[in-house]
Amino acid sequence: MFDGLLTVTVFLPAAVALLVALFARGENSDQQVRWISIGATGVTFVLSVMVFVGYDQDLAGVQMVDYFERWIPVDALRSSYLLGVDGLSAPLVLLTGILGMAAALGSWRIKKRVREYFMWLLLLETAVLGVFVSLDLLLFFIFFEFELIPMFMLIAIWGSGRPRYSAMKFVLFTLAGGAFMLVAILAIYVTPDVNTLAMVSIPADGIVGIPELMAGADLAAPAALIFGFFFLAFAVKLPLWPLHSWLPDAHTDAPTAVSVMLAGVLLKMAGYGLLRINLGFFQETNGFTIHDVAGAMSIIAAISVIYGGIITIRQTDMKRLIAYSSVSHMGFVMLGVAAVGSSAAETSAGGLNGAALQMFTHGTITGLAFLMVGLSYDRTHTRHIPHLGGLWKKMPLIAIFFMVAGLGSLGLPALSGFVAEIMVFLGTFPVWPWATGVAAFGVVLAAGYTLWIVQRVFFGERPATPGLSDEVYDNLTDANWIDMIPVIALAAPIFVVGIWPSVVTDMFDIGIQAVLR
Amino acid sequence: MTVQDFWALSPEIAMALLALLVVSVDLVTRSMAKVSAVAIIGLAAPIILTLNLWNGWFGDPAVGPALFGTVETDPFSLFFKFLLLTVTAGTILASVKYIASERVKDHGGEFVSLILLSVTGMMLLVSATELITIYVALELTALPVVALAAIHRTKQGVEAGTKFFVLSAISSAILLYGFAYIYGYTGSTNLDVIMDRLAVLPTEAGVPFGSYAVLLAVIMIVAGFGFKMAVVPWQMWVPDVYQGAPTPVAAFLSVASKAAAFAVIMRIMYVAFGDPILMQDWSGLFAILAAVTMTVGNTLALSQSNIKRLLGYSTIAQAGYILVGLASVPANQVGATFAGAGPQGVMYYLAGYAFTNLVVFFAVIAITSRTNDDSIEGLNGLLKRSPLLAGLLVFGILSLLGMPPTVGFMAKVVVFSSALNANLTWLAVVGVVNTVIAAYYYLRVVRAVVFEDPADESTFSGDKSVLIATGVAAIGAGVFGLAPFLLLEFAESALSIVPGL
Repeated sequence: MFDGLLTVTVFLPAAVALLVALFARGENSDQQVRWISIGATGVTFVLSVMVFVGYDQDLAGVQMVDYFERWIPVDALRSSYLLGVDGLSAPLVLLTGILGMAAALGSWRIKKRVREYFMWLLLLETAVLGVFVSLDLLLFFIFFEFELIPMFMLIAIWGSGRPRYSAMKFVLFTLAGGAFMLVAILAIYVTPDVNTLAMVSIPADGIVGIPELMAGADLAAPAALIFGFFFLAFAVKLPLWPLHSWLPDAHTDAPTAVSVMLAGVLLKMAGYGLLRINLGFFQETNGFTIHDVAGAMSIIAAISVIYGGIITIRQTDMKRLIAYSSVSHMGFVMLGVAAVGSSAAETSAGGLNGAALQMFTHGTITGLAFLMVGLSYDRTHTRHIPHLGGLWKKMPLIAIFFMVAGLGSLGLPALSGFVAEIMVFLGTFPVWPWATGVAAFGVVLAAGYTLWIVQRVFFGERPATPGLSDEVYDNLTDANWIDMIPVIALAAPIFVVGIWPSVVTDMFDIGIQAVLR
Repeated sequence: MTVQDFWALSPEIAMALLALLVVSVDLVTRSMAKVSAVAIIGLAAPIILTLNLWNGWFGDPAVGPALFGTVETDPFSLFFKFLLLTVTAGTILASVKYIASERVKDHGGEFVSLILLSVTGMMLLVSATELITIYVALELTALPVVALAAIHRTKQGVEAGTKFFVLSAISSAILLYGFAYIYGYTGSTNLDVIMDRLAVLPTEAGVPFGSYAVLLAVIMIVAGFGFKMAVVPWQMWVPDVYQGAPTPVAAFLSVASKAAAFAVIMRIMYVAFGDPILMQDWSGLFAILAAVTMTVGNTLALSQSNIKRLLGYSTIAQAGYILVGLASVPANQVGATFAGAGPQGVMYYLAGYAFTNLVVFFAVIAITSRTNDDSIEGLNGLLKRSPLLAGLLVFGILSLLGMPPTVGFMAKVVVFSSALNANLTWLAVVGVVNTVIAAYYYLRVVRAVVFEDPADESTFSGDKSVLIATGVAAIGAGVFGLAPFLLLEFAESALSIVPGL
């Protein structure tokens, strides 16, 4: 079958990037490039909505399949071009569509090497979308790694602080994780009983996926090792303590829109990988299953949550603070995954659903937070919290929407963060009461650092010295309508999902049930 | 000779005639523009004749043994003829400006015609199935290159030419020695007959290849071709010649010469020594060579500061990756489903590497012809000075490095997975580790191009002809990376030489 919608959605940004790179010339091309790129992400957003809405929940399974079997037609590595969405990936495609558009809009003020900037931003969107819809392991890997090139360029060229150092650190961490993943992929493929790269079964196309074939098979390498290699690659990317140290650097030095993409969707590639691969493949493997390490996963998750939370409180740079809060919040994703429990009977689908929803909500909430920090930084030219204060009077819109993100992140009911966290806690508590109990303190920490930063930056008194000079402070302006478009685009899902969670949880549930077989 | 023999050799004949035509045009007109035009348009003849052999437009496709069984126009040889012709067209296109420049102006026609003559030899080489023909074709391939390397008549150029000539002569002698052993042992120079004879001759237990004579012969043959493939320990000439010779010659050498050598060694190994037991013996030999070549090439490349030298070492390392595919023989495979992956991987890698390497070399030609600076620092800030060339160069380098989703990555994955299937896990691991080592020096080039500040802010653009050649090579590399099946299916049909497939 070749539906085509997903192929168009994934490659539209890349195609526009190529056109922009080759044909945008001349004096006034910068403005055109901006419009064309924003237009492209807008169309991609519409396409991602079509994917999300077009997914037939009654039918379930994998839909909108683009299948070209003989993509790499060698017996040593039969890889097919296989795209498709299920309940797990469709909301993430939508999330990428939203954030891609918000990132492009939020890059309106980029002045330096505009053509290249938007080219890389668009390529980044293609890479992320590709990860979420690829159902062939090699294709998945290719998109997963391809994302490094645009990210490296975006941080290294348009970043601030120590951009090259941070970009290099990011690339080396991810590349090292990726190398392990490639070995794991090949080990699965060369197992005689498996000998396929399809990540799921699609009966309509006669595809039998790895989860089915791996069940009970004698693998070419110990299952624990293959699991560990995948887990390592995703733990770096998620990131989990103690592999998180690249994240604050990358975030702090990246331009605003890139931080939005990084926190919003790039980290989700790891969460998605954990659910699709570590959970999907290793439930009935010979000698080792994910159930054996679920307890350890819950402990790492709890450490990540608490460690991330404590470090966050100590931060004095607004971006760094939000970056560390991501470590804490992505720990909840891991905790939700650990709800798979130490046996199939213990598995709590609610916890897994919570993990998936946490990815979606964290994407919008943290994306919004980075966007607001970026807007504030554009005006004050500092992110150093002790230098700021009393910004509320000068920029009320920025303050309000930063608070929306903050309250969403600390789990205020009626905002989406609450739903996700409560699902994770309720789902995981029966399985791992201690780890969940400890991790729940993460919410208290979140309340602490969120309210404290809001108080210090927006409401408190202006510091005497060496804060902003009176001249700078008096001339501060609030966000204008152009700035507000991406803000609204990111804030809307926070409210919608907070009030009406089933719009995505029903979808995720279908996906999780399929992954759980 | 029959009519069919003429058809079988028609691309080579056309190529040789074209070489003569080019010299005549040079002699009569002294116009380099006309020389280039004649050469490029004239290449259509061998291309059409090769296509004819593939498709059989004019009567029967003359596939099968020809010229008393000394050459074979099978899909395998045609695959490489297409590759060689593409590379030649690109090289000539990229040299249009170069042959009109002051440095070689008086020998521009000879330059082009020597390339064409060398390609004639290579085309014969990839279809030869008999040892004497292989040897003659090999000499025809090498001698023009000697003159090409020394065409500048500078101290460096003459040194490069002499070095190439002496080492080439030595390697030919070794090769001939190996052939002599084979002939003495089996009584034939025909590859098919050699295989049949080897199967019936008595073998000694515990000795690789069943006999010391054959073992010695194989080692000598591999050593002889190892020189052409630029395999360690026969790689010493590469960096010197690449640096001393004109860059178009280096590009030509690094791609065409290597492809032809790999083609003929594949044919000799799979046809003459295609017995499964013998296969396992030579597989081990190539596996060791592969590991050593990759590691030495990459390690030596780490400290280079001249871009042409760096590329020289990089081509050595790339030869190592291709050898991984050569070592992954079907006889070793784990399951029955993986037949032929190794040879197919070699052909895919060679073709992908050809396009990628041409992108890099052509970009370097375009850049150094403007900046007159071969050092890596000379590339500093290229992105600001010439965005298009910088983009092409970075793309090529990333593909050599094996970054997804380039053709370099795909080829590496195919080759390494064929090694896994052929029970050569250790070799695949060595390959992956080497890829990571190589990232260091490839990324150094990328860093210079993208991040460093240029010493000279002036902008420039390449010559049109070089840009076209680079662009076409880049499109080829891009397409074959995104759509690997295009090449792999072509390569699959060329597996006719592998016995039992």
